[in-house]
Amino acid sequence: MIALASPTSELEMLAIKPWAARLVERANAGLRPITMYGRREEDGVVLTVVHQDGARLQVSRTRVDPVHGYHELTSSVPALHCFERELHEQLGVRVAGHPWLKPVRFEDRDQAAMATYPFYRVDGKEVHEVAVGPIHAGVIEPGAFRFMCFGEHVIHLEIQLGYQHRGVEARLLERDPRTLAPWCETIAGDTTIAHTWAYAAALEQLAGHPLDPHHELARAIMLELERIAMHLAGLSGLAADLGFLPGAATYGRLRTTAINTSMRLCGSRFGRSAIRAGGSGVVLDDELRAVVQANLALLRHDGAIIDECFDSARSVRHRLIGVGTVSTELATQLGLVGMAARSAGVAIDARTGGSYARHALASCTQATGDCWARAQLRIAEITASLDWLERVIAEPVTLHKARSKLAALAPSQLAIAVVEGWRGEVVHCLETGPEGELVHYKVQDPSLRNWMGLAMAVRGNQISDFPICNKSFDLSYCGHDL
Amino acid sequence: MMFKSLRVRLAQGKQVIPDVRAAKPLGFRGLPTIAAGECAAGCTACVETCPTAAIRTDPLSIDLGRCIFCNECVEVCPEDKIALTPEPRMGATSREDLVVGAEQRAVIRANAGLARLFKRSLKLRQVSAGGCNGCELELNATANVNFDLQRFGIEWVASPRHADALVISGPLTRTMREAVRLAWDAMPEPRFVVAVGACAISGGLYDGARGVERSFLDDVIPALYVPGCPPHPLTFVNAILDLLGVA
Repeated sequence: MIALASPTSELEMLAIKPWAARLVERANAGLRPITMYGRREEDGVVLTVVHQDGARLQVSRTRVDPVHGYHELTSSVPALHCFERELHEQLGVRVAGHPWLKPVRFEDRDQAAMATYPFYRVDGKEVHEVAVGPIHAGVIEPGAFRFMCFGEHVIHLEIQLGYQHRGVEARLLERDPRTLAPWCETIAGDTTIAHTWAYAAALEQLAGHPLDPHHELARAIMLELERIAMHLAGLSGLAADLGFLPGAATYGRLRTTAINTSMRLCGSRFGRSAIRAGGSGVVLDDELRAVVQANLALLRHDGAIIDECFDSARSVRHRLIGVGTVSTELATQLGLVGMAARSAGVAIDARTGGSYARHALASCTQATGDCWARAQLRIAEITASLDWLERVIAEPVTLHKARSKLAALAPSQLAIAVVEGWRGEVVHCLETGPEGELVHYKVQDPSLRNWMGLAMAVRGNQISDFPICNKSFDLSYCGHDL
Repeated sequence: MMFKSLRVRLAQGKQVIPDVRAAKPLGFRGLPTIAAGECAAGCTACVETCPTAAIRTDPLSIDLGRCIFCNECVEVCPEDKIALTPEPRMGATSREDLVVGAEQRAVIRANAGLARLFKRSLKLRQVSAGGCNGCELELNATANVNFDLQRFGIEWVASPRHADALVISGPLTRTMREAVRLAWDAMPEPRFVVAVGACAISGGLYDGARGVERSFLDDVIPALYVPGCPPHPLTFVNAILDLLGVA
């Protein structure tokens, strides 16, 4: 977890040109933009950009007149592409010259507007388009995919999202900010722990609430269980899409063991109510310790057996190796995060570098950036999380439920928390006004940045490779659409 | 390779839950129960803490169609009036039946018409409209080796044209309005709707949110409501079996 809290008056505030120069300068120095967002104020839109510098976050701000706008930065720093699109859509900021200024999620617009999406066009007598969605052929969230093909060969895939837009960010400003955990748990329901931890960590900074180290440990335990469960779900789905049924069945039932472990600790298979701002909903006593240890041992033992079978099956290797490749260079440029980035050799992981519940965790990477690498990374991360959990659980620590009433929030503060969810970094930015009221809540799921990675990975592959590529990225629709 | 496959098969053993009608998931926060008797005069602690306005007092009742089973009411009640039990079986055939008071349970009335048509073969088409992937993952799990919904002749199908029931999750977003309608219109009659999870049943945490538009469910009243956030696979499986009068 990486966090920052600062009075807004102490944040760097620059005029637009030096601000833009600062962004490019940081990119050239190898610093990674973690988020960029805007907030409407009376005299324009305040843009905030956050960079990661080791275990520290650097914030830089500027003010822009939305009508006058500013000149796009995506061409110099491609990782900003989705943020600039969002600025344009959410706040009407003119981003002059942006090469791909398309709607992100059709916020506050209806479905008819979605029919006007400006799809990229590929012309040619033998070029054809395949449209899929928004409803897909499985039990899965909606989103629309448009393939521009030459025969079976995919020249370009465009992903149009927004079908899941509920209005999460607006809803988060409607209530007492100290009671938002249930909403954060459902921003992306498969990433309950990561989103709720990010919310709680940012809020606790605003309330000046030092967290009991036991509660931090409880959060990390739940986060690693969530990671194991969702990696197993992803491997099961990938195996099903490959037609490798032993993998579909066994990874699927191992996921049941993982989520039932979460349920024993907090009462929910998805970690609902495990995290409360300032407190915890996790119970771990000696009896439960034995249950958790037995479940971890089963996951390790049976997991190794199916991994060996999966890894050596010729059909699996043939379908995954060399398919849906994202190079290290492209992953860096696009600003991919989490699992998608680490599978392409980009070693970013918010669990390393800073403190991670006082127990070090080994981060994994793969070099090749293809579907095989993403599957192998998930297998390796399951093992790494099991290693970590077994070590932590072996200690005679007990965890108990605790409710805590947080104090009023400090006025005019910005708090940011970055938590490494199973897909990648989850970023929550909360800002208070002069009375300590919450004036801005920016939510960022890793999917916002990684969908473009999937689109690029499919280029040059066949349409029949798409389900495998899609499953290997395993991105969230609702986390993106908010 | 053969030996590796055999090892997988051997380790797999038998994973199926033999009796889904009696299974109680250990540690699960399911069906709420309300103890009989008056609350302390003027106490509204549970009402105030409930994130989805699911609770009414005088007399105390919980709307399972709004409840997200977060346990907040249980923790703030000074008299331990409310408990969440591991019972996964709940659900109802009418919206009113989801509101439960002291020593009451939601009821699913077996539907003779639906039972006659679908008791031995029911095809489901799922549509998520703003679902957070919690309901979707649990609905997927109904077909895994543990819950094995297929043993009852119930299956998830890809096309609405093959489906008997439309299973909706999520609060229904404005941007999915047309797609949900298209899916429903593509389904041949007889057909019915199942609303899964607090979001689909009532809007849940997103009732009245900016991107939510629920007019479809004003036009088409669900035949079955499956509460939860998300519902446990056993809640869903049992609700369907109860509706069809399967023993």
